[in-house]
Amino acid sequence: MATLAPTTQWVKGAKDDYRVCGVTTLKVDMHTERLIIANAVMAVVCLVLGGIAALLIALTRWQAVHLLDATWFYRLLTLHGVDMLVAWIVFFEMAGLHFGSTALLNARHAAPKLAWIGFIMMTVGGLMANAVILFDPKSTVAFTAYVPLKAHPLFYLSYILFAVGALITVITFFINLVVAKREKRFEGSMPLAVFGLMTAAILATYTLLEGATAIVPAFLWSLDILPNYDPGIYRNFFWGFGHPAQQVNLAAMVSIWYMLAQMTVGIRPVNEKFSRLAFILYLFFINLGSAHHLLVDPGLTFAWKAVNTSYAMYLAVLGSMMHAFSIPAAMEIALRAKGYNKGLFGWLRNGPWNEPGFSALVMSMILFGWIGGVTGVTIGTEQINMLVHNTLRLPGHFHATVVGGTTLAFMGFTYYVIPLIFRKELKLKKWAVWQPYVYGVGSALVSLGMITSGLQGVSRRNWDITFAGVVPGTVDLTLAIFGIGALIAVTGGIMYVTIVLVSILTGERKEASGLLLVSGTNNPLLDSTKLTDEQMESKQNQPKGTLVMVFAFLVWFAVYYLSNWWLLGRTWFIR
Amino acid sequence: MLAPEKIWWKPLGRIEKTWLTVALVWCVFLTLMMPLWYFMGKQNVPAETYRTTPTQYNEKINAFVEQYKIGEDTINGITLPVVEAPAGSDVYLRASTWQWYPILQFQKGETYRLHISSMDLQHGFSLQPVNINLQVLPGYDYVATIVPTTTGEFTIVCNEFCSLGHHTMIGKIIVK
Repeated sequence: MATLAPTTQWVKGAKDDYRVCGVTTLKVDMHTERLIIANAVMAVVCLVLGGIAALLIALTRWQAVHLLDATWFYRLLTLHGVDMLVAWIVFFEMAGLHFGSTALLNARHAAPKLAWIGFIMMTVGGLMANAVILFDPKSTVAFTAYVPLKAHPLFYLSYILFAVGALITVITFFINLVVAKREKRFEGSMPLAVFGLMTAAILATYTLLEGATAIVPAFLWSLDILPNYDPGIYRNFFWGFGHPAQQVNLAAMVSIWYMLAQMTVGIRPVNEKFSRLAFILYLFFINLGSAHHLLVDPGLTFAWKAVNTSYAMYLAVLGSMMHAFSIPAAMEIALRAKGYNKGLFGWLRNGPWNEPGFSALVMSMILFGWIGGVTGVTIGTEQINMLVHNTLRLPGHFHATVVGGTTLAFMGFTYYVIPLIFRKELKLKKWAVWQPYVYGVGSALVSLGMITSGLQGVSRRNWDITFAGVVPGTVDLTLAIFGIGALIAVTGGIMYVTIVLVSILTGERKEASGLLLVSGTNNPLLDSTKLTDEQMESKQNQPKGTLVMVFAFLVWFAVYYLSNWWLLGRTWFIR
Repeated sequence: MLAPEKIWWKPLGRIEKTWLTVALVWCVFLTLMMPLWYFMGKQNVPAETYRTTPTQYNEKINAFVEQYKIGEDTINGITLPVVEAPAGSDVYLRASTWQWYPILQFQKGETYRLHISSMDLQHGFSLQPVNINLQVLPGYDYVATIVPTTTGEFTIVCNEFCSLGHHTMIGKIIVK
């Protein structure tokens, strides 16, 4: 039976500046607490900046509104990419790494000074990037900054500062792990969530190094020190950073999924081996997916593209499909063990749907898997990519993964960070109940609007597609769906920021009294330790409903995938 | 979030094994589809590429236009040559901010070796409404062997951001 991490004595001589959380019984190092708060605040600041840009660019692409002029559209598009795809998410992940490597291991933060240096570099880099994009007209180069489109040297410098700062923070994560092990803060294996976060940290290490490989030469080239920078080589290096950065999100998000499931329904992982193997598959294979961006580039062979784009036989996809089974299965067993045993889906109906952590988890998994995952594998297929490259179908895919998936999961998790780490009572709880639904529905519509527009040939990063004169009238409809979805999602985003700000700024400092926010007074985290092997293995608790759901998912996957081959077969012959 | 029990390396349950097997089979199928289509499908991503420079490519394209020009047409108020080369020959298209040059004319069902390169920034070749999309890089002469299977006037949209006039970068291909 799983137990809470054993409480060991603080080592003599070490700074024993910590508190014991009354709800989770975890020890929280005060350095960790302050680092988490700082990183979370910066994450939300970047989310606000990126969110304002999101609203304005969506209202421009919604052809009937067409708000901004071309200059501001491309400028804010650049800003949106930097703030959302990198700053918001990486700051949040750094908070997660500090949490995972100390509190979850019952350990101290072994390198707080280094961690603060990392945080300051990231903050300076992030704010500098925003300033350069806003005030230097030359630096409207889109998030990708494809060479030979040349931005101001400070633009590249801000990327480098941010990346090095993040790398330093990742290094403190590993230092914490080693010190915790050496000081025997935990016995046996580390918890699954920490294992997942470690996967994210390892992926982050080579992602950030590759980012430096791409951006440092670009910086030198912008200073005219380097005379030439081959655009094909830049693309290869850049996507060695840009795509894996999203895989770091994936690993961090899945870890948060496991945590949310444990915190809201009290799961025990069905099989630790199964879940850990899935993370290991990410570790080895997922970054081959960087090739997804180069599938219709000149100069690369079929074999290179096919091996890389398929993650060497889709083994990273296998990892995701394993998690897609193991998390809902664990939820099903935990809920069935509580007696919700009616039929195939009685357990699901009886889930705590008003608990923001639960609804955020469910919405995030659905959007990430059913929309993001399926479209991602399909458009990442070598030949099919010819129909998709640089059309709106592409952002349609990654808004389902990064916005509907990762961002929504992070938002849901924040509601628990406020009472447990900030030690402020969560305010506007009714809003928090609704927020994951509003945000989830909004981002689903954004994705669907983009995907259906892209299917009709509408390109991404384009201020006014009517110039092309070829888009059919139905594009007005699908772009309107995208625009309306964006309005709903931004509403959800405003709700989130308001809840966070009101709680932090107006709430009194107060120790948390319970884990659940609205759905009860029990403590699922402690309940999960009471799940016995007999309950886990008993016949009536088996995850039959989950099996039906994953097979339905597979059917949808196959239909979408095969229909794209059919679509490809109807176009001009090309080789 | 909690430390697992001491020994967690346990055999998988029956339902897990079932799902793992099914998922693995699906992954193998996904993998096989690409080589299968490579050998049997009619739509594959071109791989033929040559190194070039803007000067070299410009010489080629000027000679090409001079040899095969059949008329003129305007896009965005700019007069461009319409060029038709015989079936099977090398055909050249040039991308530069913010123009596709020249206007190409093809015969339906015939094969052409379409060269594409950029003179300055990265561009995106997006043929609409056929919806074929290729990346165009300066310094790379990318050769796509194509057979138009439909007739009409088609638009080339630039779908890689190439600074502020990006959305005005429109070209034309005519198929008779």
